[in-house]
Amino acid sequence: MAEPMIDLRDVAKRFTMHLMGGIELPVMSGVTFTVAAGACAVLTGPSGIGKSSILKMIYGNYRTDEGQVVLRTSTGLLDIATASPREIISVRRDTIAYVSQFLSAIPRVGARDLVAAAARDAGLNEADASERAAQLLSRLNLPERLWTLPPATFSGGERQRVNIACGFAGEHSVLLLDEPTASLDAANRDVVVELINERRRSGCAILGIFHDTDVRDRVASHHIDVTRFAPQTAAA
Amino acid sequence: MTDTVPLLDAKSVAKFYGGHIGCIDVTFDLWPGEVLAIVGESGSGKTTLLNCLYGSHALDSGQVTYHMRDGQTRDLATIPEAERRMLMRTDWGFVHQNPADGLRMAVSAGANIGERLMANGARHYGQIRSTATDWLSRVEIAAARVDDLPKTYSGGMRQRLQIARNLVTAPRLVFMDEPTGGLDVSVQARLLDLLRGLVSTMNLAVILVTHDLAVARLLSHRILVMRNGRVIESGLTDQVLDDPREPYTQLLVASVPQVGG
Amino acid sequence: MTSLDDLDDDRIAYNFAYLDEQTKRMIRRAILKGIAVPGYQVPFASREMPMPYGWGTGGVQVTAAILGPDDILKVIDQGSDDTTNAVAIRNFFSATAGVETTTHTGDASVIQTRHRIPEEPLTSGQILVYQVPIPEPLRFLEPRETETRRMHALEEYGLMHVKLYEDIARHGHIATTYAYPVRVNARYVMDPSPTPKFDNPKMHRSAALQLFGAGREKRIYALPPCTDVVSLDFEDHPFDVQTWPGQACALCGATEVYFDEVITDDRGGRMFCCSDTDFCERRRAAGHVGAPLGSAA
Repeated sequence: MAEPMIDLRDVAKRFTMHLMGGIELPVMSGVTFTVAAGACAVLTGPSGIGKSSILKMIYGNYRTDEGQVVLRTSTGLLDIATASPREIISVRRDTIAYVSQFLSAIPRVGARDLVAAAARDAGLNEADASERAAQLLSRLNLPERLWTLPPATFSGGERQRVNIACGFAGEHSVLLLDEPTASLDAANRDVVVELINERRRSGCAILGIFHDTDVRDRVASHHIDVTRFAPQTAAA
Repeated sequence: MTDTVPLLDAKSVAKFYGGHIGCIDVTFDLWPGEVLAIVGESGSGKTTLLNCLYGSHALDSGQVTYHMRDGQTRDLATIPEAERRMLMRTDWGFVHQNPADGLRMAVSAGANIGERLMANGARHYGQIRSTATDWLSRVEIAAARVDDLPKTYSGGMRQRLQIARNLVTAPRLVFMDEPTGGLDVSVQARLLDLLRGLVSTMNLAVILVTHDLAVARLLSHRILVMRNGRVIESGLTDQVLDDPREPYTQLLVASVPQVGG
Repeated sequence: MTSLDDLDDDRIAYNFAYLDEQTKRMIRRAILKGIAVPGYQVPFASREMPMPYGWGTGGVQVTAAILGPDDILKVIDQGSDDTTNAVAIRNFFSATAGVETTTHTGDASVIQTRHRIPEEPLTSGQILVYQVPIPEPLRFLEPRETETRRMHALEEYGLMHVKLYEDIARHGHIATTYAYPVRVNARYVMDPSPTPKFDNPKMHRSAALQLFGAGREKRIYALPPCTDVVSLDFEDHPFDVQTWPGQACALCGATEVYFDEVITDDRGGRMFCCSDTDFCERRRAAGHVGAPLGSAA
């Protein structure tokens, strides 16, 4: 069994809404699972239960209130829950990439430049990054006439493809995918499945949320049902 | 991470105006290539802090150390004035909110950009001028405007000129005080885009004061949230803005109007 | 009741050279400090003089402080001994110091000048006193006195080159033709007073002591004999003096001098002659002749 690339132990998360009088909203607790290199684990559970929150905690976008979120990096193990901002920034460059549901559109930057920037951040030189961006965008069937345009005006599906290209532009060994195919047609869903499986074969650990059961079945090595980590509702 | 020493290290920085707290208990470190945003509303102490770090105000307590190009780490309060001024025109930059404060409005754009070079001993007119025109292109100003006075430039152009003037000596640390304040939205977008690119290609460390969270999100890796002179929350920018912990931070984030999309 | 007629000259007595001895000492201290730090502007307590600011009060105070009864004084204004200012100041010192005066450069021990350096090279033992309007070379680019003092103290002269850069950008060449900034003793940047840049080379390693007085601005500076004085420039735009090829003095035929242009009639007729009147006289006395009047300049 390959070494885990992602290792969550007893992770808990709650939101304290100070603007609403300090209400505490528990999101989940006791979250424990691992994802090995070459695996594609899929988080399952009803909508709104906190699957995205788990991805965000692993990426460092959300704080982790309890427990450990350990990533295997090229230099050793790092607990994201307690890591310094500098360490997290470094790990996002070298190890972990995140494809979120929503693309935050940076004004003025064209699609190809966005993807190339992501590749450069991951260490590619300017020429290679630009080339890689072109390759990915072609594979994802984004029309070339859109490559120089900022994604702010794109359709949902076009934006999502740019998002995916950004996530796959580097050579990260851990990928977090949040509904990467939600707005895509069948042909592009196939491309994404291909991309995911290629990465798996090269040893990436992938953790994803897929609403589309067909895609899910084609990429998942196993499921992780997060329902058991959700706060128990009062006995009905 | 190959760096072993932070570029700038602030410990317990405090500045008082009589009995009034300008800023107090500010501690953080800054590493090469990192952009740190200091956000807060008026009166939060963010501008006071920036000026304390830059050296425009003397600290009332605390210490700020800087890792110089020669490898030594020096306490900024103890370096002689000549050295400090040399630092400010070689390894540091300061971008003012109002570009007129950071430019010589009565001399040409080329002279503005070339001034640091001339101050550091450059004595070849042709080379100074070509470096200046080079930089004008990098900040997206037509090279033909090299001899024009900044008075003839628009606000956005003046700001970009100010940036070129600061970056011509490839500083490692740039201080920015509301660099996009007062600019039209589309002009702001262009400037932010330019800054992002320059920060990345030149591996600049930046301390950026802004009241605009969108600017902080776009440009910075880390953020300090200030209120009444204190840092009430700090951390990774996207984390602090997406998952704010402190009541004041939550209020700030919730107050930002969301533009559709 | 006394009337003005009753007052005779003995009742109106001036101290030697007008200023009281304490004032002279104060000015001499400033001068010594200036000599010790060539090119550095020394503040001094400029006195009320019997001529308005702008009429050479700084130069007059310096001259008054250094004159002794055996000195021979020459006063020139734009090179000439016989203009209003030169005559007035020469008479002033005649009356208050009783010193011998001369128009001959070679015979003078102290020469006070407005805006020109004599063509004849000065010798060891002579003192040249310049009248200075604005002593601060950086003033037009940096209006704050606090800032310019700091720039001099910290040897931050980039701004000076900014001015020269602007000239080249605007005019294709360094357009400053008078009051051309110089670097003294490889340290201070100095304004040589509004002498034409043509005269700058004469300051370099002069055998004479050069003193500069600005009365309104209350500054004195100095160049001890044999000080290095280098005009600022760029590597690719080196300093050069003005030349007028084919031009000669209409009176004495001199060519390597600074000229005055004299309008001779209402039809635009003009002639050029030496700005340094004494120099021109000497040449004529030695037999040199100029081109005939009325010929094309």
